[in-house]
Amino acid sequence: MKKESGGSALIRALADENVDLLFGYPGGAALHIYDAIYQQDKVQHILVRHEQAAVHAADGYARATGRVGTVLVTSGPGATNAITGIATAYMDSIPLVVISGQVASHLIGTDAFQETDMLGISRPIVKHSFLIQSPEEIPEVVKKAFIIAKTGKPGPVVIDVPKDMTDPNHLFDYQYPKEIKMRSYSAPSKVKENHIEEAVSLLENAKKPVLYAGGGIIQGNASEELMKLANIMNAPVTNTLMGLGAFPASHNNFIGMLGMHGTYEANMAMHESDLIFALGSRFDDRTTNNPQKYSLNAKKIHLDCDYGSIEKIINVDVSLNGDAKKILNQILKKIDPKNIDKASIELWNKEIQNWRETHGLNHDLLDKKFHQKQILPQQVIQSLYKSTNGKAFITSDVGQHQMFAAQYYKFDEPRKWINSGGLGTMGFGLPSAMGVKFAYPDEDVVCVTGEGSIQMCIQELSTCMQYGLPVKIINLNNRALGMVKQWQDMQYGGRYSSILYEDSLPDFVKLAESYGHVGMKVEDISELEERMDECISMKDKLVFMDVYVDPEEHVYPMLEAGGNMSEMRVSKTKKTF
Amino acid sequence: MSHISILMENQPGALSRVVGLFSQRGYNIDSLSVAPTNDSSLSRLTMVVKEEESVISQILKQLNKVIDVVEVQNLSDVESVSLEIAIVKLKITEEEAKKIIDNAFPIIGEIINHKDEFVMIKVTGSNHEVDDFLLSLNKQNFLEVTRSGLLGMGTGENFLISESETTIEY
Repeated sequence: MKKESGGSALIRALADENVDLLFGYPGGAALHIYDAIYQQDKVQHILVRHEQAAVHAADGYARATGRVGTVLVTSGPGATNAITGIATAYMDSIPLVVISGQVASHLIGTDAFQETDMLGISRPIVKHSFLIQSPEEIPEVVKKAFIIAKTGKPGPVVIDVPKDMTDPNHLFDYQYPKEIKMRSYSAPSKVKENHIEEAVSLLENAKKPVLYAGGGIIQGNASEELMKLANIMNAPVTNTLMGLGAFPASHNNFIGMLGMHGTYEANMAMHESDLIFALGSRFDDRTTNNPQKYSLNAKKIHLDCDYGSIEKIINVDVSLNGDAKKILNQILKKIDPKNIDKASIELWNKEIQNWRETHGLNHDLLDKKFHQKQILPQQVIQSLYKSTNGKAFITSDVGQHQMFAAQYYKFDEPRKWINSGGLGTMGFGLPSAMGVKFAYPDEDVVCVTGEGSIQMCIQELSTCMQYGLPVKIINLNNRALGMVKQWQDMQYGGRYSSILYEDSLPDFVKLAESYGHVGMKVEDISELEERMDECISMKDKLVFMDVYVDPEEHVYPMLEAGGNMSEMRVSKTKKTF
Repeated sequence: MSHISILMENQPGALSRVVGLFSQRGYNIDSLSVAPTNDSSLSRLTMVVKEEESVISQILKQLNKVIDVVEVQNLSDVESVSLEIAIVKLKITEEEAKKIIDNAFPIIGEIINHKDEFVMIKVTGSNHEVDDFLLSLNKQNFLEVTRSGLLGMGTGENFLISESETTIEY
């Protein structure tokens, strides 16, 4: 049995967890660990330019692959810089293990150089955290951290490692545990058979059902089962922002994203439905509008792996707590196609189709008849969809461009749409694209961003050069913080408080070039599609495509604050209420 | 109002995770008492929470999600007993203190210290009884009080004990 120090045991344990990539940034308290990384070749360390980007990159990797993302940062500022990334992963239930260096045990609490209480500061935004108290416990803690991160409702786990715990001179026998005993952590109990029966009975009797699927279907790898259920019932399916791709957008039964900027037909369907089956979605406030006025005529079934998400916001008729794939299979076994009210559902689908024809999204904006002086941001997404055949991994930042991407890039597969839905973290797009590109070097990986968001983690252009990551950056440049501007237009009388840059924007083409990448600027609709093809076809180059878009464009539909799901603005001048 | 009993790992940071949950999610704790149990690896908490039933149900779910929490029981859902202990410091003579204790029924009182012109009385009762007792004291002589917070336990077979360890293999 080879002896290890705490530092080398930590890295060996990661290798035993089949970790291939460790995103991080070195510093004093983590130096023993970095020395251990240098002396092995199983775990590759990726040096980012800011710790927030390390966490987002690991997060993107985790979302695209379904595996646990792994991060290593030093104490103090290294740890605090990682916090935004950890909170981002926590809100979207992404499995991460974040290892932070810490000052030596005897210095904890003395306000030592680069000391911060990482366990304390991260407590509300982690699934769990550990402070290493002896080097010998490192393998077991790593094993526990990975189990906790990826089972049940996934989430980030922090391991805080005081420097003396990694002392290269303290050696011990290393053994990676095969199993772990945890009396306070267990898998969710089995769903009661009568709950399955109640759910099936509601599904069989529904005349206006909606399957409302969220990120839990993606995390739970249950897309196939969802498809079977939708096909058996011929039921309309809507996806949440986090659930895009859980059900293919090009499928006949797909009615688009719902919520704040969901499609007219999806929000109307939620409002008029008589049965909402929530699958791996959590009735987030962006998808319910006013909970008191929420879909009052609908019975509700809620399937979620997190018991705490059930009846947190909306009371339901049947709760199904557990693994989405298993539970859906139980339902599929029980449901009898003969009992489904096909005729009523057919009428219901027609009603939805009518809504789509009234105020649905126009997916043909590239058609010449819609060409105007300025490029519409929606046209850029449609052009991107065309150039990538709808097959790219799309990461996004936060704001109008995120909503346009969600609305107009028709995701047909799970794990292809990668965005910070819960926390809404600007700066997420580029580093998460790096994580995806590391995992899938042969796939198109595109970061759809805005000139505001991209500047929050733009330093990662350097990381992309170092590791040869030819991601594509599509910058919807409207010369303003667009989503804030939209709200200021609508609710603050057009008083543009702190959303303009007063001619201080960098020349993004030169900026990209200075890092050794390719820059492109597009201002004319007539050259958009050609330049987009050119951009996507440069397989071994990072291309930064700076597209000047109409700064006056708003995202619609938009749910009216405090209203029900049918109360929307569908354009600057039209509303449904 | 609910009385919640919690069994959790006696680990550094565990208590802050439980207490932090309350501030994080905007729940109010009325009282909290915590100490290790006969199994020194476990701590037991009794918590009094003044929230509506729907909020209590969320609190129980969220507590169950905390990794260090082993078991949670809503004592208000089962038959249970609860009591509180308070120590009161009064500026009175021992004679007067004895008289107060004699008239304190149903509170059970005992003089536990007498120093200079100050007497300390330990009282035990339900928290309403302790409330009433404190209100009955003459404000001029009543110097300070410390209360344990409510302690509670389910009766008979309403145990709060750790289930056997879950072994997770993967």
